[in-house]
Amino acid sequence: MDLEVQWGEVHALLGENGAGKSTLMNIVYGLARADAGTVEFDGKPVQVHSPQDAIRLGIGMVHQHFMLIPVLTVAENIVLGHEIQSAGVMDLNGAYLAVRKLSERYGLQVDPKTRVEDLPVGIQQRVEILKALYRGARLLILDEPTAVLTPQEIAGLFQIVRNLTAEGNAVIFITHKLAEVMAVADKITVMRRGKIVATTTPKESKPPDLARMMVGRPVLLRVDKGPAKPGDVMLRVENLVVMDRRQTVVDNVSLDVRAGEILGVAGVEGNGQNEVVEAIVGLRATRAGHIVLGGRDVSRRSTRRRLHSGLGLIPADRHRQGIILELPISDNLILNRYDLPPYERWIVRQFRAIRATAERLIKTFDIRAQSPDQPAASLSGGNQQKLVVARELGAGPKVLIASQPTRGVDVGSIEFIHRQIISQRDAGLGVLLVSSELDEVLALADRVAVMYRGRIVAVLDGEGADRDRVGLLMAGAT
Amino acid sequence: MNTFLSQLDPVSLLSITLVTATPLTLAALGGMICERSGVVNIALEGIMLTGAFVGYAAAFATHNLWLGVLAAIAAGMLIAGLHAVLSINFLVDQIVSGTVINILAVGITGVFYRQFIESQNTAGPGTFPQWNIPVLADIPVLGPIFFQNQFVTYAMLALIVIVHFTLFHTVWGLRTRACGEHPRAAETAGINVYFVRYVNVIASGALAGLGGAYFSLQQIGNFLPGMTGGRGFIGLAAMIFGQWTPLGAFLASLLFSGSDQVGSRLQSVFHVAIPLQFLGMLPYILTIVVVAGAMGRAVAPAAVGRPYKKS
Amino acid sequence: MRERLRIDWILNAIFVPLVSVAAGFVVAGIAVAATGADPLAAFTALFQGAFTNRNAFPETLVSTVPYVFLGLGVALGFRAGLFNIGAEGQFYIGALAGVFVAYSIHGLPAIVEIPTALVAGMAGGFVWSAIAGFLKARFGAHEVITTIMLNYVAFLLANYLVDTPGLMLAPNVSTPRTPDVDPNALLPIIFAGSRLHFGFILALIAVPLVWFLIERTTIGFQLRAVGFNQGAARAAGMSVGRTMVMAMGLSGALAGAAGIVQVLGVSHHMTDSVAAGYGFDAIAIALLARSNPWGILPAALLFGAMHSGASFMQLQTDVSSDLISIVQASVIIFIAAPAIVRWIFRLRPEAARSVQITSREAETPV
Repeated sequence: MDLEVQWGEVHALLGENGAGKSTLMNIVYGLARADAGTVEFDGKPVQVHSPQDAIRLGIGMVHQHFMLIPVLTVAENIVLGHEIQSAGVMDLNGAYLAVRKLSERYGLQVDPKTRVEDLPVGIQQRVEILKALYRGARLLILDEPTAVLTPQEIAGLFQIVRNLTAEGNAVIFITHKLAEVMAVADKITVMRRGKIVATTTPKESKPPDLARMMVGRPVLLRVDKGPAKPGDVMLRVENLVVMDRRQTVVDNVSLDVRAGEILGVAGVEGNGQNEVVEAIVGLRATRAGHIVLGGRDVSRRSTRRRLHSGLGLIPADRHRQGIILELPISDNLILNRYDLPPYERWIVRQFRAIRATAERLIKTFDIRAQSPDQPAASLSGGNQQKLVVARELGAGPKVLIASQPTRGVDVGSIEFIHRQIISQRDAGLGVLLVSSELDEVLALADRVAVMYRGRIVAVLDGEGADRDRVGLLMAGAT
Repeated sequence: MNTFLSQLDPVSLLSITLVTATPLTLAALGGMICERSGVVNIALEGIMLTGAFVGYAAAFATHNLWLGVLAAIAAGMLIAGLHAVLSINFLVDQIVSGTVINILAVGITGVFYRQFIESQNTAGPGTFPQWNIPVLADIPVLGPIFFQNQFVTYAMLALIVIVHFTLFHTVWGLRTRACGEHPRAAETAGINVYFVRYVNVIASGALAGLGGAYFSLQQIGNFLPGMTGGRGFIGLAAMIFGQWTPLGAFLASLLFSGSDQVGSRLQSVFHVAIPLQFLGMLPYILTIVVVAGAMGRAVAPAAVGRPYKKS
Repeated sequence: MRERLRIDWILNAIFVPLVSVAAGFVVAGIAVAATGADPLAAFTALFQGAFTNRNAFPETLVSTVPYVFLGLGVALGFRAGLFNIGAEGQFYIGALAGVFVAYSIHGLPAIVEIPTALVAGMAGGFVWSAIAGFLKARFGAHEVITTIMLNYVAFLLANYLVDTPGLMLAPNVSTPRTPDVDPNALLPIIFAGSRLHFGFILALIAVPLVWFLIERTTIGFQLRAVGFNQGAARAAGMSVGRTMVMAMGLSGALAGAAGIVQVLGVSHHMTDSVAAGYGFDAIAIALLARSNPWGILPAALLFGAMHSGASFMQLQTDVSSDLISIVQASVIIFIAAPAIVRWIFRLRPEAARSVQITSREAETPV
């Protein structure tokens, strides 16, 4: 494969999750090793064995998961590895000064003495960019940089990117979002399954063409769904307050989910959505408030009791909370019912029943596996997520909490999971959908609640919800 | 009241507390730099035992305490190097690797002790002399506590300051903390995570080796199998209670060793009828209580205990 | 795929342990040679003491019995992601609780007395170990530190109880010890002319029972789920804390069983004896067996043989019996780092993974 980036241009690298974009860039940055092929920089072939080599050449990378150390200050993070020092002793004042100068020059305001963990994600990204610039980066690689930003912050980022290229730098912009490519890129390279399938420009190719190149077949860019027929309230959250290390992370949140509707929660990640979800399921202690499930107050019940009384959970991070990679698919498919009949008799597990259920769910939910006995780790990301969805929907819940249900998943699986959620809604399921992908919320939700700093700042009708207005609400505008 | 104080003799109590806190503090400092760089070190106990033995053996053979202490430090570094190889290169579970070293230390010191030391009846190398620092040693109260000590205790006091300065004011310290918090971020910043961890693990061996020398060359002038008696683990607990900071670890070590002293003082001076065994339990129970209590607000390095694998 | 898995299994479960044991002896031999003694003579004596001397093999089996229970206990903890380094303390507390019951009861048939004493011993080990489980579940105190500290407390407690008149000290004895257990509580000898007792049969029964518990029951499933991924176990409605307490407790109960079986089968009373290194032995056995209950049997036999042969070796060649610690440590190194074995034999990579004991998430600091 070949990829060529010119000075002064924004080059978008477009592809699905798992298409190999990040791997390619990790090779350029010296974090991964290529099996074959060469990297040329400024027209000369170069060997990049480590990030040190990349930094020396003038390549900087802002990773999707920020490479910042939360307990260190902004300045410490920026100078790390290239410290200002005398005889090994840190010159912190020098670092503060250097950071201030740099942030003034590029218009990226940030206080060098603040600890990174106290900064909002948008500002943390700014620190990442400053970090690269401090090291003299002329080629900046941005890996999925918009995932954690509001639409307005995204616009700000685009401005920064244009400023950088105007000074003659180059930017590689990795993304799977078509709209962003159209908005910011000078040139577009599309990747699919580890290969480059096309190099084009926003003028030559329109979004449907790009989507087809990216996935390899025509894609529906929107979700088909009929109007909701809301029934009784299935889940009621009343005045929920959650504290985390003496800070209020969920501040007096109330919401209702009715049977047969999808309530979407939009918001930039880290504004309390995760904590609301965990509190509803009973994984997190609450300071105040009530959780009412199907008319019964379950606030004091264990997670187990809540799950058994009709709550389903698709957790935000499937590797941390959704599946056990080492266990077989079959065990994962009954993970929340392992101690109920027919899967248990006295204390003995009943493998025939487990296997029967597993085979049924694998078929119904189109999980691509050779056998229910293979470990869940052997499945692709999309199939792992389908496994979680199969387990939760297969139990026939009354309320489903779906947190980031399609994160890190290929387009085929996304479409499948969306269809499943909608058809279950039509069958009377109440769904609480939490997603930091605003487009996903807008496409699926019948009502949209917007969270900002632990509060629900607005609840809008799903049909009338306007992208820009929701974006402003997500950023705290009133 | 006066007789109470004079019988309890607080100055000598504090002075003994400081002295017996020496190996705990050194173990805690060693554990700290190791964990600050992201490697758990439960091998401190075994490293100290090895240091105690090698230090004694070298001093015995050369009739030179200073060569003994150097040998103890070198042995600590060598055996800590094994921990580094196993846990950093071969990605062995760091607890398993530490356990291995603890077992190995028992074996090596046992075998060599029996072969070379046990049957010798020549006199041992003795212990470090007490150095009274001129002028300072004559200050009332503070003098006897801080300035009339033996070598390892002075070294411990100096190392508290050195480790503190290194961790929080030098480039090396910043990089060490970065590797313990987020090794991948450190690597993307151009830091060689393996190198930083290696150096810190081996340096922790030097500190614990010196702590071992306390037992054989400062305290009793002899080696006895298993003489470290769990002090390495208590040092680890002191590190946790001290929130991974040198001063905190020192204070926690004083608490542990002080509890030991107060107990035996109560026994001997006031004839309180506490069975000897219960007094002996005190530091261990205190360790359990402290580790359980401190953990709620623990600020352990985020990546400690996880092998780091370059992709 | 299947073929490949099979080869990997053989490599992992048989080849690597065998090579590790062999390498362990090589390393220990080097250590012996370094002291100036003859390693071959030492190992010959070790072998004679373990197998070929008169009555040596039954003695090896006698030493194997507690190792089976101890190894099973530590392995069970490993499966739940818990590193129980305190098997020795649990052994003593179990023995204390059991011996107290066994010398206090009189005149009941063996079929009642033996199980009663066994249950008491296991209960003692369960409670002692569950303390560490509770401290981890409730406060996040790492079990490595707490179980070690509980070891020291257990020794001193045993010392106190056995040494103090009016508590467990037997009247009119020259060295402190408890009274002998009731004759009906003794485990019968199963091989005439030796000390091999019924505890050996109990150990053989314990292996499939523990296997069944881990692999076939919901309790075992819960243990494994928590051991692999606490976050997912919790999100699936399992109580991670309760599972930890249960796992530590069961692990300690098996160590306690080792203690009381040793009393009822071999010593018949308890002295205020000091550390015997059972805790580390148990860890080495569990690692060598890769936490698989079936693997515990050969691993325990190996350690039983070394334990039993070591004193003869020390007597014969004056090489310290601590030598077997060096063998153990080296064995664990090679087991825990299969990469080293692969590297030595230039094997295909990815055939074996390094051992992961502690669970990946929500780990508390040590």
